[in-house]
Amino acid sequence: MNLHMETARHRETLIVRLSGELDHHTADLVRMRMDEEIGREGCRNLLLSLKSLQFMDSSGLGVILGRYKLIKQKGGKMVVSDVNPPVFRLLEMSGLFKIMSIYENESSALSELEVAL
Amino acid sequence: MKENNRNHMTLQFAAKSENESFARVTVAAFVSQLDPTMEEITDLKTVVSEAVTNSIIHGYEENPEGIVTISASIEEDTVTLVIEDKGRGIEDLELAKQPLYTSKPELERSGMGFTIMENFMDEFDVASEVGGGTSIRMKKRIVSKKALYN
Ligand SMILES: Nc1ncnc2c1ncn2[C@@H]1O[C@H](COP(=O)(O)OP(=O)(O)O)[C@@H](O)[C@H]1O
Ligand SMILES: [Mg+2]
Repeated sequence: MNLHMETARHRETLIVRLSGELDHHTADLVRMRMDEEIGREGCRNLLLSLKSLQFMDSSGLGVILGRYKLIKQKGGKMVVSDVNPPVFRLLEMSGLFKIMSIYENESSALSELEVAL
Repeated sequence: MKENNRNHMTLQFAAKSENESFARVTVAAFVSQLDPTMEEITDLKTVVSEAVTNSIIHGYEENPEGIVTISASIEEDTVTLVIEDKGRGIEDLELAKQPLYTSKPELERSGMGFTIMENFMDEFDVASEVGGGTSIRMKKRIVSKKALYN
């Protein structure tokens, strides 16, 4: 499968790094694996890092919106970082930036999340 | 006499999600003869992905026996794409085209497919018949890298 997902934890924040192509075909696996991590004890916030994401379509938007709802239910915050121009355009078109903050890189996102605590 | 510079291709495949990336890459390779920019390639890949995914999920409801057909043609600097299925069709086209509307929220669809196709292409038309299938016709003029450098 042409999608790779890597996870890490920084205090209460789950960091998910996606690379490759996020479409309908790869969305199910990403959704399942992210929900498993989000369900773990002590996970409150989600940082989605998209530096190496080469392709995304509206199926990816569905995955992001779904995870946003989950995290919000848990009382946490979801943010994105390292968004490349094509993905940026999709997120903008769907109004995602009205509900989610975007950061240049992981470390600036993490320090913001910590201030917000 | 003017040289005939029209070119075309047709691609048919099973309605399986594995074929979504195959469809995008194939159309991109066909259009590469116009020397498109990275952004133009991304736009075309994205709209192909949207239309093919819709045929698979909504048209055939994931029944892999369904067949998706893509016809692509190039005339001068313009690409025409037709993406068709013989699936269940769309009852209310106006509703279906609304941004964020989806008939399958339980599958976490975002409802942005038609909005993206409309935004990324110069022309966009949907023809659909309930029980007969859906056909999406889209056009885009490729400005091409050559034009940018001249
Ligand atoms: N090929 C198709 N066959 C049947 N219905 C379709 C097709 N394409 C789109 N639709 C209908 O139009 C709606 C909107 O499509 P779209 O904007 O791509 O959103 P999404 O795929 O996220 O639901 C779908 O929810 C579906 O009801
Ligand atoms: Mg769609």
